[in-house]
Amino acid sequence: MLKDQDRIFKNLYNDMGSDVAAAQTRGDWVKTSDLTAKGRDWIINEIKDSQLRGRGGAGFPTGLKWSFAPKEVGSRPHYLVINADESEPGTCKDRDILRFEPHKLIEGCLIASYAVQAHVCYIYIRGEYFIEGQKLQTAIDEAYAKKLLGKDAAGTGWDLDIYIHYGAGAYICGEETALLESIEGKKGQPRLKPPFPALIGLYGCPTIINNVETIAVVPTILRRGGKWFSSLGREKNTGTKIFCISGNVNNPCNVEEEMNIPLKELIEVHAGGVIGGWENLQAVIPGGSSMPLIPKEKCETLTMDFDSLMAEKSGLGTAGIVVINKDQDIIKCMARIARFYKHESCGQCTPCREGSGWMWRMLERMAKGDATKDEVEMLGDVTNQIAGHTICAFGEGSSWPVQGLLRHFKKEIEERNNLDPIVQKKNNIPYLVDQHLLDKKNA
Amino acid sequence: MNLRRPSKNQPEVFEFNTSSLEEANKIVSKYPKGKQQSAVMALLYIAQKQNENWIPLVAMKYIAKFLDMPYIKVYEVATFYTMYNLAPVGKYFVQVCTTTPCMIRGANQLVEACKEKISENENQLSTDKNCSWMEVECLGACVNAPMMQINDDYYEDLDKEKTLEIFDKISKGETPKPGSYRGRLNTEPENNRKTLMDIKNA
Repeated sequence: MLKDQDRIFKNLYNDMGSDVAAAQTRGDWVKTSDLTAKGRDWIINEIKDSQLRGRGGAGFPTGLKWSFAPKEVGSRPHYLVINADESEPGTCKDRDILRFEPHKLIEGCLIASYAVQAHVCYIYIRGEYFIEGQKLQTAIDEAYAKKLLGKDAAGTGWDLDIYIHYGAGAYICGEETALLESIEGKKGQPRLKPPFPALIGLYGCPTIINNVETIAVVPTILRRGGKWFSSLGREKNTGTKIFCISGNVNNPCNVEEEMNIPLKELIEVHAGGVIGGWENLQAVIPGGSSMPLIPKEKCETLTMDFDSLMAEKSGLGTAGIVVINKDQDIIKCMARIARFYKHESCGQCTPCREGSGWMWRMLERMAKGDATKDEVEMLGDVTNQIAGHTICAFGEGSSWPVQGLLRHFKKEIEERNNLDPIVQKKNNIPYLVDQHLLDKKNA
Repeated sequence: MNLRRPSKNQPEVFEFNTSSLEEANKIVSKYPKGKQQSAVMALLYIAQKQNENWIPLVAMKYIAKFLDMPYIKVYEVATFYTMYNLAPVGKYFVQVCTTTPCMIRGANQLVEACKEKISENENQLSTDKNCSWMEVECLGACVNAPMMQINDDYYEDLDKEKTLEIFDKISKGETPKPGSYRGRLNTEPENNRKTLMDIKNA
């Protein structure tokens, strides 16, 4: 288990209060100007040394991302945007940072803004987190009053204004370009990339977008050194991470732990074990609902970091762990996730808009046992028609959980659904068959 | 995608009152000059707050004029985002999360409680016209599942009994206390805390 002194978020459960005085006793805002005085290159190099990877799901190296910002500010101003549109089912880490460690985030914003030469920072908070947003606004107001923001923020000689922008219940706005569209006052539909936001982002200006947790750990990394951070976890998967353990466990909780911690330790030690004991475990969704689930056999030895989960054909994502025990109907669980994606598809790309509905309806029927034998294959086919055929990663995010289900629980689906196909294979009538099956033999 | 329809009964006029106007101008000033369209989402919230928690079409037209943008663009935004209510809802607007992490911890009990206490169907006003409920997608409090949101507040770690108690309080006109209903501190593991013990005991 990680030592308490190595935990970054000491106020994760709000034992100490979240105001600026309490934050200062935890080490926030202590000589911030000393950090910025060392220069932009030092900051970016230190973050590169720490091997910090973005905590929002994709795991892109943060130092590298910052270095994409133009070195000189041209005619267009730079912007820093913080993605606090946390809507991935199973994830609730940013909520705790916003309400209990707002000053870590604000100080991180100042340092990051200085590093990428932005004078304005927008924090995009999902609309449902209204109370959390208000708590953050209180902290921002406090920071202005103490001259930690505004002109010559915290004595760094850098001017910074932070504004909160509320979303309004669209999951897709967690995608960075959809988020920018939303700040610009449009519907949140993702943009084509390239151009990447680092060059053409908010209002057509260079924009760096980071997750809340990524930015909130930056001040601590700079104070304790990139070496300290990279000594935790393992190569390329360094540091600490807030894990959210929900679902069928005895004590669901958020906990900050070292990267590469065994999944079993997280569940057994921190979350008090699976309801009904470890033997009652059915599967685990390791990184928020878009990541393919992992069956019990593999959970025994699994460690939680980006690369080891990738090797299991899943991903760390946002580290929202959903534990599903044998009392649950796994097909129904996935059908509910498919319904979530059907509801949240922005409707821009046809494969995703139509396909997410298909997957949901097929899975609902499969959960009831109303599907025909051939539909299991067809469902897999639908997922392949979505993934990789859309503008943003939502296509993958919605089809991966279904692919995970098919990979590990195909037998269960087949046992429950053995009705004869509506269109018999021997009846070779192409116009009765779905178009995308036509290129296959015997369709 | 989901289907959203504006209400059939629309008021004739809408304009911001003084406090809304003040708030709206403050929000417009957050964005660069000429980019006032960015304020549309916040202004829709203000209109919603002023108009008993829903947005009539006239309000969208008013906001379009206010921000000097086409009406259709405001309409697009108001219909795209699900938190803008296009038809009247109850003064107490209950949103029950039923996505998988809540579902497997018994969110259906909360839905049952809503059906018993508020109304048989979603988006239907209760008999005292005070309350309405709907199922929503993940509200982002998964480790405190099952949970629901009433207006701005989160009510966490619920079961059917506790949900019914909350509704009883609402019908008496009281505001129930938000947060965990099993008495645990925020997102800590209940009775099983292994981390940051010095701070807890300090």
